[in-house]
Amino acid sequence: MGYWTMWSIDQTWRMPAPIRLRELIRTIRTARTQAEEREMIQKECAAIRSSFREEDNTYRCRNVAKLLYMHMLGYPAHFGQLECLKLIASQKFTDKRIGYLGAMLLLDERQDVHLLMTNCIKNDLNHSTQYVQGLALCTLGCMGSSEMCRDLAGEVEKLLKTSNSYLRKKAALCAVHVIRKVPELMEMFLPATKNLLNEKNHGVLHTSVVLLTEMCERSPDMLAHFRKNEKLVPQLVRILKNLIMSGYSPEHDVSGISDPFLQVRILRLLRILGRNDDDSSEAMNDILAQVATNTETSKNVGNAILYETVLTIMDIKSESGLRVLAINILGRFLLNNDKNIRYVALTSLLKTVQTDHNAVQRHRSTIVDCLKDLDVSIKRRAMELSFALVNGNNVRGMMKELLYFLDSCEPEFKADCASGIFLAAEKYAPSKRWHIDTIMRVLTTAGSYVRDDAVPNLIQLITNSVEMHAYTVQRLYKAILGDYSQQPLVQVASWCIGEYGDLLVSGQCEEEPPIQVTEDEVLDILESVLISNMSASVTRGYALTAIMKLSTRFTCTVNRVKKVVSVYSSSIDVELQQRAVEYNALFKKYDHMRPALLERMPVMEKVTTNGPTEIVQSNGETESAVLETKPPPSGLQPVSQANDLLDLLGGSDLTSVIPTAPTSKPASAGGELLDLLGDLNLTGIPSITAYNKNGLKIDFTFERSNTNPSVTVITIQASNSTELDMTDFVFQAAVPKTFQLQLLSPSSSVIPAFNSGTITQVIKVLNPQKQQLRMRIKLTYNHKGSAVQDLAEVNNFPPQSWQ
Amino acid sequence: MRFMLLFSRQGKLRLQKWYLATADRDKKKMVRELMQVVLARKPKMCSFLEWRDLKVVYKRYASLYFCCAIEGQDNELITLELIHRYVELLDKYFGSVCELDIIFNFEKAYFILDEFVMGGEIQDTSKKSVLKAIEQADLLQEVRHPQTHLWSPQNTPMETP
Repeated sequence: MGYWTMWSIDQTWRMPAPIRLRELIRTIRTARTQAEEREMIQKECAAIRSSFREEDNTYRCRNVAKLLYMHMLGYPAHFGQLECLKLIASQKFTDKRIGYLGAMLLLDERQDVHLLMTNCIKNDLNHSTQYVQGLALCTLGCMGSSEMCRDLAGEVEKLLKTSNSYLRKKAALCAVHVIRKVPELMEMFLPATKNLLNEKNHGVLHTSVVLLTEMCERSPDMLAHFRKNEKLVPQLVRILKNLIMSGYSPEHDVSGISDPFLQVRILRLLRILGRNDDDSSEAMNDILAQVATNTETSKNVGNAILYETVLTIMDIKSESGLRVLAINILGRFLLNNDKNIRYVALTSLLKTVQTDHNAVQRHRSTIVDCLKDLDVSIKRRAMELSFALVNGNNVRGMMKELLYFLDSCEPEFKADCASGIFLAAEKYAPSKRWHIDTIMRVLTTAGSYVRDDAVPNLIQLITNSVEMHAYTVQRLYKAILGDYSQQPLVQVASWCIGEYGDLLVSGQCEEEPPIQVTEDEVLDILESVLISNMSASVTRGYALTAIMKLSTRFTCTVNRVKKVVSVYSSSIDVELQQRAVEYNALFKKYDHMRPALLERMPVMEKVTTNGPTEIVQSNGETESAVLETKPPPSGLQPVSQANDLLDLLGGSDLTSVIPTAPTSKPASAGGELLDLLGDLNLTGIPSITAYNKNGLKIDFTFERSNTNPSVTVITIQASNSTELDMTDFVFQAAVPKTFQLQLLSPSSSVIPAFNSGTITQVIKVLNPQKQQLRMRIKLTYNHKGSAVQDLAEVNNFPPQSWQ
Repeated sequence: MRFMLLFSRQGKLRLQKWYLATADRDKKKMVRELMQVVLARKPKMCSFLEWRDLKVVYKRYASLYFCCAIEGQDNELITLELIHRYVELLDKYFGSVCELDIIFNFEKAYFILDEFVMGGEIQDTSKKSVLKAIEQADLLQEVRHPQTHLWSPQNTPMETP
């Protein structure tokens, strides 16, 4: 019994001593269910609450510690917040330690309570024991609110000037936090930074570099100050050099490298100092080269330094040799076994591929190999980088790899990959056949992942590849014969079958052996699409319209089409119903218009100026626009006077149609056009000089179509009588609203001097209302080293050109 | 660094240090989400991933995942070294550290972290220096129960409540 009496001397009569922290942890871990754990926690919380109520100083620390444990498990602990403050105010170090920890875990600036800490922290910042000061600095530096920072900044600044390196390093990071919370206070820390880098202590050096980095990043004035007045760059270079050259220092060594953390921070600060500043960049050139070549690369730590070095080299104004060195480091990273290094290399290369394109190209094959990596993030980067590297020279090889990737990659990539392939193919396709094949390949392998907006673009592409129509429709037909579940594929295929179904049944394919297919078989597949549950509403719309179009292209199955159309005029799907009803009407009341309405779509020219298309607004009644045509998804041309190139050229011979000259080879386009327009009416319409100023003369010659009276074809010829070439020449034109305009590729973008050559360009104007032709033109070019721009109106069109 | 998390393979949180003021509810949500993402990673994947607008660096040591969320301009590779340094500190302090040490002595894990990193940045790059500071601070901890030294050596001066 004596045992118990002695034990209870210091205890309150009412409560037994609260259980120890580790005892509680042990107990809670024995709980077999969530419910059991909750019960234990509740019981203990109740005990703790009572203990708090009794203002027990002895066990407050223990209780708060337990509360912190329970908080980590996810249970509420807000009732302990004030207790933390009491612990902080205590004189006992143990109390303070737990109290400050509790404050950092349970309190934040959202609670008003936290402000009560301010006074305690202030006192502790001036405590006689540096570890107490350290606690205060740490807490302030981790979670101090703006008000607290404002109140205590002075104390921090004082400590920043102390000779005690333990406190100095902490004060520096605390200052960083203060500046982040209250940027206006940055100035007051400036004097204290003067000697920071003279320290030998690595802790102080590291945190000082962090502080200087924060200041330079936040304030351009500070940045300028540190560059010029403090000569920060030479100081940093010196420290970095010492780190590299000095022998083994056991205290800071990591795998043979001296203080890699400090090296990395210095390199980052150098980056900020060297950015957009030639002098600073030059001053750090040598040390960067030294680090880049001498750092040991066998372990992660060395590569971490190299990585930071590369980032710095690429961001400052480094000389080209250094940049190439950096990119080669990244190239070597790509070959590293460590996937983390490969990841980091790909990320960095992605950032530099635009500015240092050629250097990155050299590592193309390694990058392409990364497409086969197992890590998803690496694959994604490799894919993005691969697309950035595709050009006219490597497009065949690259596309092969990317198509293979499309086949085998995870679903999350397929949409982006498909879009990327379409884009690259459009820019760099070496031939039409290749282009169509590539599109086909994407549609058949990733057909359901292709983006909806790709469908109209693909249709336009196909339309413009006139000589490939038969091949394309055949391939598409075969593709959906087996499987018509991939919506984008089915939509494109339906549209093409509707347009070119006649080529399909007449077996006109030249690129591969033509298949034998009857009109009924074609209609079978379209009807299957129409009926199928897998078909989206949009897809059904495509199919129905295609069936309708075939009524003018097929000869034996018109009645079948009529039947289908009449069935769907009572479809539940409103879209389908509306179409079917209108098509029905076409059969019944407007049958004479049917052939014209369902005519073959013309080649749709994209506006191919060398520069961005612009809308030239006139201030007045007419609003003009430079037209960029896009195919309407329904595929019907509402006006019967189609801009039909075939008619324009006096024949329906497919091979004589002008191909859209891609902008990469403009030189031949003008010439071809002039030849092909041979059978147009050239005589009788006088040419005009539309523009003549500053040595630039632009003449217009006119041709009218024999078959289409609303179309006028204008050929412009631009010549240069000055003694210097005019380069990057861009001609843009706008016409009043009732007109339509099409601009084809110019012959080139350079008008040579002394009238020794011209640029020709063709404009087609559609003028259905036979209004007087007016035009506004905009000319931009470079001449004698400066950019020239001019706007003009052309009003002297001869009446024969539009009447 | 925005925050650091330590959690087990079963998704139990062992330590959370936040360097940016965040509401408790948001913290819980982020922790839950990130744990799910990291625990779903396969061994062959790299230690970095993109999550929300941050970069996450994680590494598994035995049964514990060490997870740091860093910002765009921060160096992922050196963050791996930071994580490793912290593990080394714990290891030196506890003597061959294991998850149980961190469970039962979580407050010490925090003390060590707070001596190594402040406001998301490294305070001292010397292992020796950090460990010495912890050691000295531990010595300052008062004996808890005055009566116990009357008769039981079971409470050493180093023991926290």
